[in-house]
Amino acid sequence: MKKKLLSLTLCVAMAATVFAGCGSEESDTKTDSGNSGSKTESGSKDSGSSSDGSVYFLNFKPEAEEAFNDIAKKFTEEEGIECKVVTAADNQYESKLKAEMSKDDAPTAFIINGPIGYNSWKDYCADLKDTDLYNNLVDKDGVVQTDEGVFGIPLATEMYGLICNKSIFADYFALDGIADTGCSSIEDINNFEKLSAVVKDMDAHKDDLGITGVFSEPALNSENNWRLQTHLANVPVYYEYQKDGVSDKDQIDFSFGDQYKDILDLYLDYSTVSRESASSGSVDDAMAEFALKECAIVQNGTWGWGQISGTDGNEVEESDLYFMPIYIGADGEESQGLCAGTENFLAINSQASEADQEASVKFFNWLYTSETGKKCVKEDLGFVSPFEGADTPENPLAVQGLEDAANADTKTVSWVFPTFPSQAWKDALGEDLLSYAEGTIEWDKVISNAKDMWASEKSAS
Amino acid sequence: MNTKSYKKYFPIFVLPTLLSFSLAFIIPFIMGVYLSFCKFNTVKDAKWVGFTNYIKIFTANDATFVESLLRTTKFTIIGVILINIGAFFLAYFLTKKIPGTNIFRTIFFMPNLIGGIVLGYIWKEIMDTFCQKYLGHVFGYSGANYGFWGLMIVMGWQLMGYMMVIYIAGIQNIPEDVMEAARIDGADSVQILTKITIPLVMPSITICMFLTISNLFKLYDQNYALLGFSTKTNLVAMDIFDTFYNHQSNEFAEGMGQAKAIIFFLLVAVITYVQLSLTRKKEVEN
Repeated sequence: MKKKLLSLTLCVAMAATVFAGCGSEESDTKTDSGNSGSKTESGSKDSGSSSDGSVYFLNFKPEAEEAFNDIAKKFTEEEGIECKVVTAADNQYESKLKAEMSKDDAPTAFIINGPIGYNSWKDYCADLKDTDLYNNLVDKDGVVQTDEGVFGIPLATEMYGLICNKSIFADYFALDGIADTGCSSIEDINNFEKLSAVVKDMDAHKDDLGITGVFSEPALNSENNWRLQTHLANVPVYYEYQKDGVSDKDQIDFSFGDQYKDILDLYLDYSTVSRESASSGSVDDAMAEFALKECAIVQNGTWGWGQISGTDGNEVEESDLYFMPIYIGADGEESQGLCAGTENFLAINSQASEADQEASVKFFNWLYTSETGKKCVKEDLGFVSPFEGADTPENPLAVQGLEDAANADTKTVSWVFPTFPSQAWKDALGEDLLSYAEGTIEWDKVISNAKDMWASEKSAS
Repeated sequence: MNTKSYKKYFPIFVLPTLLSFSLAFIIPFIMGVYLSFCKFNTVKDAKWVGFTNYIKIFTANDATFVESLLRTTKFTIIGVILINIGAFFLAYFLTKKIPGTNIFRTIFFMPNLIGGIVLGYIWKEIMDTFCQKYLGHVFGYSGANYGFWGLMIVMGWQLMGYMMVIYIAGIQNIPEDVMEAARIDGADSVQILTKITIPLVMPSITICMFLTISNLFKLYDQNYALLGFSTKTNLVAMDIFDTFYNHQSNEFAEGMGQAKAIIFFLLVAVITYVQLSLTRKKEVEN
């Protein structure tokens, strides 16, 4: 009896796999050539609307889920093209994308985070060089491209830097008996030396200013350390790339490692918490500290305004905000601007049908150029549009960021962290930064670990 | 009723379950085995690479697999011992005629009703506060490895109550006359415990051992919520996920993760099989 059961089970399992095999083969050919067939079929049903193809966008930003669902509806109303938007949960984008891409009904448009993301999805990324989307971009260098074409189009421009509370700085400069730092207002701070001198003296007067620390808490724990292991690390790595005239490296030298240490020390020693508590709290908490005037500076980006203004009892006015570049002590940083870029690149699925690809391009073109679309981008998504003819955003940090980008005297620091080898590398660096903050390992060890792992991760493929 | 007429209908009765079992388990499993020999990004674009993934697991520069496997083994061994001894004695005392046993049973069982992720986050808060107050630094302090024992406390707290219930059922199942006979023959309470109670609850021990070993070995939720990704604390299930999703530069990452999962499956299967057959031998009829 047992044997029979076993053999039956195996037979069924075998048969099932055989069928499954057929099924997937069939679906493979469908994606390659059978698209016209399926298209005409649905076309005859849907009164011609889907002869234009349909859009299936896998959205990267969970906070924009409702906005995108709404946008999809409006697009279908205006253009008569079917449009579906699915949103992946926070931190689940890669796994969701892998699962969705395996289906017959795969996303026609998706997000890659930059060159590293392109590398894993290159079989699925269509060349967008001849599309309207690419032509409408203001900054055509800020795309994901290779010699063969353009594969990722930025959907937003985001900036980050040191968000400062101007009124606290004004209070400080009005105090009696402050040290001679060479600055008399916040605008005078234009390099690391001055920043460091002002921060140190502000910290000495923190009781007069009513703050607990100059910087917000660092929140160096695994869920919140991206500000330091990714965004802050971007600056020294950017200068290293600049110095060597490259845009990516198989081996990192951390030639600006000392500067990375200096700025990190400044964050840690003059923050609202002691070094021992560096890992407590979260980015939300840090933003709340800034909103409640417990600190004067927090490192974050344009997206942080919502968190500041949304804090209960927020005391920071829009006019109090001052967006300062992250100075680390590199040569010529007096003309350095904010860190501007994105890791939100649109890719079009090259394995989708021609019609679907065209519809997807049309969707995003509509979103960023039509009146309805632009209104949605500005009001619902709150993105700073990287395309021509965009409206001015309402977010005060974005406004300052755009001014900074438009300022010919300063040069923005581009986002090079999408070239960081992997999430695992960033996680490990974050852990080492914490160990350094808590004094359990030396800085040299942090740098050598990061170098070694960079090399091994980059050569792993 | 003769059993033959039932046998005739056997395939019909078993078919629905078998079909869903194949769809949800057997087929994905076979695909999984196949994928562990492939380089892939999505399931559709798999390319056969033979044993490369299996070799890379052990030879790559950042071979974290063996390390996390050893950590998991250590965690499981310590956990199984602590949890089972703890649960057994909880059960032992709560089957004595002490007032309020029902309340205590309920209280001890309650942690099981909370899901793993929630449990992890709650305990993280508790431990953070405790460590800051009494040890002067946070729970995640890099100078000490609190993660391992912290996770042990959470798992002990959660699993002990469940195992306790199984042991209680086992102990209550022991016929009173055996106990009475022992007492009349002059056995003291230690002798009754070791010579009568423990041999007679062997079936419960089998189940509890199986449940604790497999639960601890496959631990993921609590590990993730309490400690996050870290090569210093990843148990093997976390390590597999980490390999699969967090190494974007490595085009073999998915295959390697899959290969680790297969090895992991074989290990769990062998260990639980050995454990089941070992403890089964010790079971006695009462």
